[in-house]
Amino acid sequence: MNTQSLLSQLLLGLINGSFYAILSLGLAVIFGLLNIINFAHGALYMVGAFCALLAMQWFGIGYWGALVLAPLVVGAIGVLIERLILRHLHQLDHLYGLLVTLGLALMAEGFFRWAFGISGASYPIPEALQGGVDIGIMFLPLYRAWVVVASLAACFATWYVIERTPLGARLRAATERPQLTQALGINVPVMVTATYAVGVALAAYAGVLAAPIMQVNPVMGSNLIIVVFAVVVIGGMGSILGSIVTGVGLGLLEGLTKLVYPEASSIVIFVIMVLVLLVRPAGLFGKIA
Amino acid sequence: MRFKVLALCAAISTLFSTAAQAQISDNTVRIGVLTDLSGMYSDLSGPGSVIATQMAIDDFIASEKPKFKVQMVTADHQNKADIASNKAREWFERDGVDIASELVTTSVGLAVQKIAKEKNKIALNTGTASTRVTNEDCNDVTIHWTYDTYALASGTARAMVKQGGKSWFFITADYAFGHSLEQDSSDIVKANGGTVLGTVRHPFPGSDFSSYLLRAQSSGAQVIGLANAGGDMINTIKQAAEFGISQKQSLAGLLVFISDVHSLGLAQTQNMFLTEGFYWDLNAETRAWSKRFFENHKRMPTMIHAGQYSAITHYLKAVKAVNSDDTQKVMAQMRKTPVNDFFAKNGQIREDGRMVHDMYLLQVKKPSESKAPWDYYHVRATIPGAEAFQPLSKSRCPLVKKS
Amino acid sequence: MRARYIVLSLVLLGAIAPFFVYPTFLMKVLCFALFATAFNLLLGFGGLLSFGHAAYFGGAAYVCGAVIKQWGLTPELGILAGAIYAAVTGALFGWIAVRRSGIYFAMITLALSQLIFFLALQLPFTGGEEGVQGIPRGRLFGVIDLHDNIPMYYFVVAVCGAGFWLVYRTIHSPFGHAMSAIRENEPRATSLGYDVAHYKLLAFILSATVAGVAGALKSLVFQLATLTDVHWHMSGQVVLMTIVGGLGTIFGPAIGALTIVSLENQLADRVGSWVTVIMGFIFVLCVLLFRRGMVGEFNAWRLSRRTVRDGK
Repeated sequence: MNTQSLLSQLLLGLINGSFYAILSLGLAVIFGLLNIINFAHGALYMVGAFCALLAMQWFGIGYWGALVLAPLVVGAIGVLIERLILRHLHQLDHLYGLLVTLGLALMAEGFFRWAFGISGASYPIPEALQGGVDIGIMFLPLYRAWVVVASLAACFATWYVIERTPLGARLRAATERPQLTQALGINVPVMVTATYAVGVALAAYAGVLAAPIMQVNPVMGSNLIIVVFAVVVIGGMGSILGSIVTGVGLGLLEGLTKLVYPEASSIVIFVIMVLVLLVRPAGLFGKIA
Repeated sequence: MRFKVLALCAAISTLFSTAAQAQISDNTVRIGVLTDLSGMYSDLSGPGSVIATQMAIDDFIASEKPKFKVQMVTADHQNKADIASNKAREWFERDGVDIASELVTTSVGLAVQKIAKEKNKIALNTGTASTRVTNEDCNDVTIHWTYDTYALASGTARAMVKQGGKSWFFITADYAFGHSLEQDSSDIVKANGGTVLGTVRHPFPGSDFSSYLLRAQSSGAQVIGLANAGGDMINTIKQAAEFGISQKQSLAGLLVFISDVHSLGLAQTQNMFLTEGFYWDLNAETRAWSKRFFENHKRMPTMIHAGQYSAITHYLKAVKAVNSDDTQKVMAQMRKTPVNDFFAKNGQIREDGRMVHDMYLLQVKKPSESKAPWDYYHVRATIPGAEAFQPLSKSRCPLVKKS
Repeated sequence: MRARYIVLSLVLLGAIAPFFVYPTFLMKVLCFALFATAFNLLLGFGGLLSFGHAAYFGGAAYVCGAVIKQWGLTPELGILAGAIYAAVTGALFGWIAVRRSGIYFAMITLALSQLIFFLALQLPFTGGEEGVQGIPRGRLFGVIDLHDNIPMYYFVVAVCGAGFWLVYRTIHSPFGHAMSAIRENEPRATSLGYDVAHYKLLAFILSATVAGVAGALKSLVFQLATLTDVHWHMSGQVVLMTIVGGLGTIFGPAIGALTIVSLENQLADRVGSWVTVIMGFIFVLCVLLFRRGMVGEFNAWRLSRRTVRDGK
């Protein structure tokens, strides 16, 4: 194994990692701020990708439009889910939230499978991003480079809003001390709904980013969801920074594993998760013990 | 004690039921079509195979006017061995189905042929690729009709090595089919003076092949052999184009169907060599049948579709000839009778279950050479059956008597 | 008193059922009913949601199939092998998992079961995508031929019956009461002197072992062990069955298994992928509205009627 293949696999790993980062970011936001374990995250990522596909097939809206449209549509769906379903489970054990979102994920997956079959459809790479550059160690497709940029930008923006702006501060207050925050005049239920909507909108955004690379098919989320969960758990379930760092880290680690023992690349995250949870129960960056 | 009595009762009751089976059970022959109706292999098999079977049944009834009825049942196995084998078991145990056919996807084919043997029914396999069907896993109720990995390798791999593609790297689907195809192709490459630089296995089904393609690229092999099929192969080729791999290295699709070429388009597949058991545009007979098929399916048939029609027709004729749906009698009749139709001329079913017939070495046309949709291939050679398929002397099947 | 009549009528029904209903379907229901009951021991009575029970169910199926095929063992030994595997794995995984609780516990069990999935995919004797095929049913104790569905059915009934009885006795034992106490209020149980981790681990091992027996049995019924049995979807399925049937009730999981398996059987051919949609919908409905599950709601209704009647 030479330096060239090492670097090129690491680069590919970075691309996948930024993907994991943005997906786990949405999950971490939802859990960190709302204490909801959103098993429907993978399904909503898939719905985002299908939004892009259908926007193109039915309305002729291209990739750039879909990047805006899909998160909006899925965000709206998120609002519905939160208001109609999740709201009733706030006072119960976390695990009911997990189960109900699992049920929703099954519904979404089954519906899209019925409508589109399991092999799905392909979505073209937008013209502006076709082709690539030879960077010496490999021929880097422009689109994949864009995925890294777009994901990390979204991650940074979200982190910044939540940790560094007044809006984010109010959001954090609303989830740590809902009654007190409400007494101060802030509309807590709306903030909660908005947070869930933003979290799943991020998943949809990731879905649009994924569409040209992976086949748009109904099980694309189901295959990813448990990996993303593992990322969030390792990073620390409430920590946004944790999930970003862990996501990218996992991508790199998977890339390395593919060099030595490719079959194990799907399992390495779970081994890490067990080890981390034994040593640091709240995850690498988690707050509560 | 209770168990023994019950077992005895059960045994006696089965005696009574078999005694009544001299003729065709309730005068109906039930044909099961077990295929991938909605998944990654559905274009090359799936609904097309169901249509082909229905055509075979309709044509048989119209021309032979049998005294018995023929029914078809279909099911989607979703490329999963457990769904397939449970469905086959239900069909054989509860629904009186006589044969399970098509069986695309190696894990499905292997599972169902075992259930068929247990229940003494026929497995008519027109969809599976792996040579294991007629080697390690062979049994006397299974017929492997259309193609297998040995035939594919002896066509495509040999042609490419002769063309100058001496060093190979394989990207393989990590299940029995991929392993089979990789093994048979490696053997042919080495036997013809080539070398295999390495292989990498991807999970089945896969989605992102970028890291495997990079490995293939860094190996420097002249030919990247794709030991996968359907959606996997299509994605690998697309992503190879994305990473600029197709410029310097040749991609050898070891199992390519005309539906794949249609999906990818001639621009991405031009000049590719491939081996198939059937092409709609071979001669007047194939054109006539394919035109009828096209009217029903709106797509030209793949070799699996044509093979399915041929196999079901052969089966029904055998049932009529022996006037029974008893498995052993029908199998004997099928083996005795040569296959002569638009799909195969002088095709013969061997004792290992292999139906031996001619295969065709094809090359994909350039976009400029194609005059109409589906006009995709040059026929470069006809490989006679005896050459295309693994000789009995090398067979690993326990049913083959070695002299 | 009434319970005895219920049990007797079930036994009678069970004895004649295979002559009216397709036996393989009945056997499938029984295996899943046992699996769900084992799972309920941990979740309903222990309050621990394990998201990786497929590791014991499916793993035992593989072990049973492999030892029977490789070494020609008789079926009861195959099931024993599966049970031993499940007990050992349950002990190891349980020891790791019970140190955490709630969502972390669930996630650890999920991760560990993914390791089993990986092994099932990669190890040579598990056959990868094909799984372990053509597992012979063999002769029970070397004497009774199980190839025919009727004797096999009675064998399945016997094993599942034993399994249910074991779980029932566990729940109504001092151990079971201690588990309920821990589930209701863990700090209080600790302050009363119970070694909580020890109890949780024991419950985990028992649950895993019975789940393993169910899995091994299923591999004999279908003569097949595949990746579907160790996939995390299977872990989700058993949660669904338990919740639909009724968490923390004795018969709930079995009823849930019957419902789900029947639905899948009837609908799969007719509506294709809508089965998944319907399953998901039932899940959502149960969690939102019928949290006590079918049996739980039934019990509550009976109780309210009795209260109304007695209160007059």
